[in-house]
Amino acid sequence: MSSNLPRRRFIQGSAVIAALSAAAACSRGDSNNPGGGASAVSTADFTGTGPITWVQGKDNSDGKVQERIDQWNELYPDEKVTLIELSSEADQQRQSLINNAQTQSDAYDVISIDNVWVAEFAANQWVVPLPADELKNDDIIESVWETGLYRDVLYGMPFATDSSIMFYRKDFLQEAGVEVPTTWDEVKSAIDAVRALPGHENIGGFGGQFAKYEGLTCCASEFINTAGGSFYDDEGNVTINSPEAIAGLQILIDGFKDGYIPAESLEWKEEDGRNAFEAGNLLFYRQWPYQYANNLAALGEEKFGVAALPTIDGKAFVPTLGGHNCGISTYSKNKATALKFVQWWTSQESEQYALETQTLAPILGSLYEDSEMLEKFPYLPTLRESLDSAQGRPKAVAYGDVTAAIQDALYPAVQQQATAEEAISNLETSLKALA
Amino acid sequence: MSTNIYVPDVNRRSKASRAQSRLAWLLITPTIIVLTIVIIVPVFQSLQQSLYGKPGLDPETGFVSDVEPFVGLDNYTSIFTDAGSRFWTAAWNTTLFGVVTVVLETILGVAMALIMHRAMRGRGFVRAAILVPWAIPTAVSAILWGWIFNQNGVANAILGQHIMWASGNASAKLAIIIADVWKTAPYIGLLTLAGLQVIPDEVYEAAKIDGANAWKRFTKITLPLVKPALVVAVLFRALDALRMFDLPYILIGPRKNSVETISMLVQDEASNLRYGSAAAYALILFLYVFIFAFAFTRITHADLGATAPRSGGGRRRKLPATVFLPQGRPAAVGATSDNTIARTSERSKS
Repeated sequence: MSSNLPRRRFIQGSAVIAALSAAAACSRGDSNNPGGGASAVSTADFTGTGPITWVQGKDNSDGKVQERIDQWNELYPDEKVTLIELSSEADQQRQSLINNAQTQSDAYDVISIDNVWVAEFAANQWVVPLPADELKNDDIIESVWETGLYRDVLYGMPFATDSSIMFYRKDFLQEAGVEVPTTWDEVKSAIDAVRALPGHENIGGFGGQFAKYEGLTCCASEFINTAGGSFYDDEGNVTINSPEAIAGLQILIDGFKDGYIPAESLEWKEEDGRNAFEAGNLLFYRQWPYQYANNLAALGEEKFGVAALPTIDGKAFVPTLGGHNCGISTYSKNKATALKFVQWWTSQESEQYALETQTLAPILGSLYEDSEMLEKFPYLPTLRESLDSAQGRPKAVAYGDVTAAIQDALYPAVQQQATAEEAISNLETSLKALA
Repeated sequence: MSTNIYVPDVNRRSKASRAQSRLAWLLITPTIIVLTIVIIVPVFQSLQQSLYGKPGLDPETGFVSDVEPFVGLDNYTSIFTDAGSRFWTAAWNTTLFGVVTVVLETILGVAMALIMHRAMRGRGFVRAAILVPWAIPTAVSAILWGWIFNQNGVANAILGQHIMWASGNASAKLAIIIADVWKTAPYIGLLTLAGLQVIPDEVYEAAKIDGANAWKRFTKITLPLVKPALVVAVLFRALDALRMFDLPYILIGPRKNSVETISMLVQDEASNLRYGSAAAYALILFLYVFIFAFAFTRITHADLGATAPRSGGGRRRKLPATVFLPQGRPAAVGATSDNTIARTSERSKS
């Protein structure tokens, strides 16, 4: 029964059970009105020190996050930070964070939000505006910094970033005597050359995450952005229906049609493609840098390499920016401590720690040039190049609807069930309906 | 029945019956309170919520408004107009899964029950083995079947094909149906088995002597006698199937038109903070399930109050609440049951 009920009603319903007062629930006097209302914008006051919580998705690094937090707790025993781990699934993390905000709970103080949620969390005033002048420095990569802004106000301080790069099978390319391709045409001829070799006739070409989920939004919009198309202009008007966007999508559709992008990748999320790549069934793979460590363990240095994604028709590839930002919950009681923690959590030392222990891409440019880091992570210059040209996803308050509309419109096209023109025009209609 | 006999007792009894009625209320009050809190209040809250829209964005400040606008029945009308194709696809999927899985599960379940009912060695083991799929949580079995229907999964290996189960339309539906039947046929099997076990062997022996063959015995004896149990099992399964959410959500994924059900629409709307329209979808689903259950019980004459077949009558006997009280005057068993009938008939007159 409960699954059929809208969640907030259900939350209230549960509260009713707890309180045994049905009357309280019936009063519609908006209990979900964030305290300060509109005035909270300018005057987020960072007062209150004491214990706080740091809330993020599941830590897959074997307790490295807790170790770092322990260091803070030693430094500031009166302002202890407790780690709260949420689900490893992004959707469920968002649900937990929204539930917490709507019940105005002070259980979460500093929260890790995916950078595409910044607009939604800011517009709903679930997080407070942060003092940009205290957090900004020249070392922070500009495109990364901008992911934290909503209407030019900083709401989410980036602490880890992410951008796509191209993994390739070094051994297969060497066998075929082909150089690492830098253009889309070279990618295609490299695939042809490897397929000409005995034993590789059926190798998948250029893989990506084209299953109908967030990955499709990232991967497909890279083709559209690379061709010069865009989803919105700076004023938030829908600009998707342009010849450039159609051309970009057409290149992707043709990739599937001509067999350069394997049809299997229509069901691939990150790990499915990585398995195919490591099993030798895929020559090129567009992926996030985290794959590097896995490849190193599975294949060894000799068998794979990392390069920038190829230019298409002479235009530099525009990767999609991922990454996570720190937000401070509106309902946090100890905002002064929270802000201090955010500063510490995004400091040079912390960023380096996160890179070394969890291979999170740092937000600070200097770490990409640090010789010690370069030795450990030789893909850093490629990643930096990708970050500099990367573009964030649309900054929409209702981002869930926007990405759903993108997936609904583009998936039939990559399945060869709709033309590029039809898909783009459908997308324009649904994006305009959302505005 | 002559009322004269009872005349001297009328006052005492009506007083007793008032006390009885008070006690009845007292005893069912906790149930009513619980039902009110967990069902009736939420349903009315949903109803109320479904009349409100999503708060708008203030173009000046860029903040979401504090107040949800009252939109009347807009959420309902938009389900059948703007979002129509999505809703009808989901309604069709819901119905398809509901009908197909339950029909297959019933056939398989009855077959399983007949097998389990046979006296054989290791019967306990067979029963336990059949129960395993039902014992696995749906979410877990969805993940397991997700691996099976993976491109490189067992299903393709066995078939020697390269079917992309999740991205197809018919193949995705088929995957859901297979996984659901696998999981829940045992449930119907077990409930049917319980029904089978109350059929006395003599009936079959008599039929055999009369020359009825196995099929005749199955259709004329087994099915009618097992029907009350079977009907309850099928009804429960059908209600579950119509609310199907976790299996398609995990096995195929959210927002896949091929397997989207109404429950998934509710979740999707709620996760995008459109609680009004989510409530509207939820109520439509509620209504759909309710109508289905009502029609089903009417058509099959299911007696949900009792699982064992009852002979004739139709009117159920009510047990007086006073049987739970220490009686001032201990009565003989026969007298008590007489009283019961008298009271029942008296109350039905007034």
